[in-house]
Amino acid sequence: MSATVAPTPAVAEAPKAAPTSVPRADRRATRWLTWLFLAPTLLGLGLFTMVPILGSILLAFFRWDIITSPQFVGLANFAELATDPTVRVSFLNTFGFVIIAVTLQLAVALFLALLVQSRMPAWLRTFFRSAFFFPLILSAASVSLVMAYLFNAEFGLVNQVLAAVNLPEVGWLTTPAGAIAVVILVYVWQNFGFTFLLFVGGLASIPRDVYEASSIDGATGWKQFRAITLPLLSPTVLVASVMAIISALQIFDQPYVLTRGGPGDATRTAVMVIFESAFQQLEFGRASAIGIVLTLIIIGVTALQFRLSRRFVFYS
Amino acid sequence: MTTATFPGVSTPPIRRNRERGGLGSAGKIVVMAVAAFLTLGPVVWTLWTSLTPLDAASGEPSLGLGAYADVFTQVDMWLLVWNSALVTGLCAAGQMITAAMAGYVFAKMEFRGKGLLFGLVLATMMVPMQVTIVPVFLLIRGMGLADTLLALIIPALPTAFGTFLMRQYFLGLPHELGEAAALDGAGPFRTFFSVFAPLAAPGLAIVGILAFNYHWNEFFRPLIMLISEQNFTLPLGLVTLQGNLGTGSVATVLAGVVLSMIPALVVFVIGNKPLREGLTAGSNK
Repeated sequence: MSATVAPTPAVAEAPKAAPTSVPRADRRATRWLTWLFLAPTLLGLGLFTMVPILGSILLAFFRWDIITSPQFVGLANFAELATDPTVRVSFLNTFGFVIIAVTLQLAVALFLALLVQSRMPAWLRTFFRSAFFFPLILSAASVSLVMAYLFNAEFGLVNQVLAAVNLPEVGWLTTPAGAIAVVILVYVWQNFGFTFLLFVGGLASIPRDVYEASSIDGATGWKQFRAITLPLLSPTVLVASVMAIISALQIFDQPYVLTRGGPGDATRTAVMVIFESAFQQLEFGRASAIGIVLTLIIIGVTALQFRLSRRFVFYS
Repeated sequence: MTTATFPGVSTPPIRRNRERGGLGSAGKIVVMAVAAFLTLGPVVWTLWTSLTPLDAASGEPSLGLGAYADVFTQVDMWLLVWNSALVTGLCAAGQMITAAMAGYVFAKMEFRGKGLLFGLVLATMMVPMQVTIVPVFLLIRGMGLADTLLALIIPALPTAFGTFLMRQYFLGLPHELGEAAALDGAGPFRTFFSVFAPLAAPGLAIVGILAFNYHWNEFFRPLIMLISEQNFTLPLGLVTLQGNLGTGSVATVLAGVVLSMIPALVVFVIGNKPLREGLTAGSNK
């Protein structure tokens, strides 16, 4: 390959026969098909995603309540985000939520994905996989309705069980710490199955002979996990954590249904403030500014994670 | 795996993850059973509680379908189901059609600007819905569609992820199929409709099931786009019902939740594999 420098264009670039032999009417029909088939997707995404992104950026520089005419305010909406206590607390809540919920979600999913690899009857394995996956098909709003009853401080089943085993009852949705705990638990309950599926797929792609070789060398259990499983699984861990963080940053349904952001501002999240600013307080400019900041955070986290991964992730 | 590779030396069968000092096999199954109980427990509790409403006379729970009758009198369940079915059905069908068409073109056609356009389509996947929702709401309002089901359907007809998925699917189908059809005198449209589209049915099933799962359960967009109760979809209707009833009629609300789960459950059973594949498809691009 490297020895011959002289190119042989006649052989290398053999003309493709197909396009020239197509009749002219068909070529015109092909062009028609191309743009006709693309039109719904391109126009739809253009109108309902691209234009709104630009609109959002534009709106962020205005104060507008739909009724009176918009007023240019420069960067005032962004400056307000730093000073408004509700906005600040909602972002801090969101970060705290993401850190705890994503860590929990990854840990539970990895632990169960490792366990489900062990020897057991096939039907049992199918049952466990389906069980862990099941909450994903439910509506987060309906799940939150159910959980609001289960965690009800007065008559909820959770406190009944706690009382039955002589543990103190907890004001789950009525105290800040309790409400935060419930939102995290309900979110992780519904979403760990997704991460679990990713890990099961990642574990299945680790070649068996690597384990066999290390078993011969005397490595077992925890040592094997540290030396083989974790490094070889690290690309999956990266993808799973990026996806989990992006989706957790956008949490809305659970705190909205469970607590409406309360008690106080304890469970108010960034997206809840977007919703409230726009559709309850009619502050469309401020809502857009929060949305843009959230998007930049999502892009930043993703970029950071891929940068870090170059140092820690092992690609075989 | 071969045992006894070396003559005369029989190596014992090596098991992956042989536990030594860790949990035993039985212990692992117990731990997983507890996890499965915690996962399915709330669902079973929902079903059980919906079937044992409080008796009006005694105030004690008693087995019966009373809560299911109640939920139909407390709220127009049929209308909620109809609205949800309409939105979900049209979104799923629409996404299957638009994704099949655009995915096919991106996979099989050559034209100028293809790379750029496909890049733009993929880029829209990165944008969270919350950042576009305010302008989308304003657009919908401008189009006179506020508080209609079309407000949920029309913006959801194109799908970047579905287009990506279908492109991958069509790329996997051999190009020669189209050439063979062309030799038989089929035009580009016939080649698509009678050769490629039928072969892409499994990919389309994934797009359809994912769309069903998403739109049947979605809460954020309906909450913003819909105002009148007669336009509500199921999740929005149930949350409103809970707000109206307070804490007295747990069984009634849960009966509604159970009913809303049934279509999702059917899809879960018949579409388990495509659903799993589709959900994780984005992770191994």
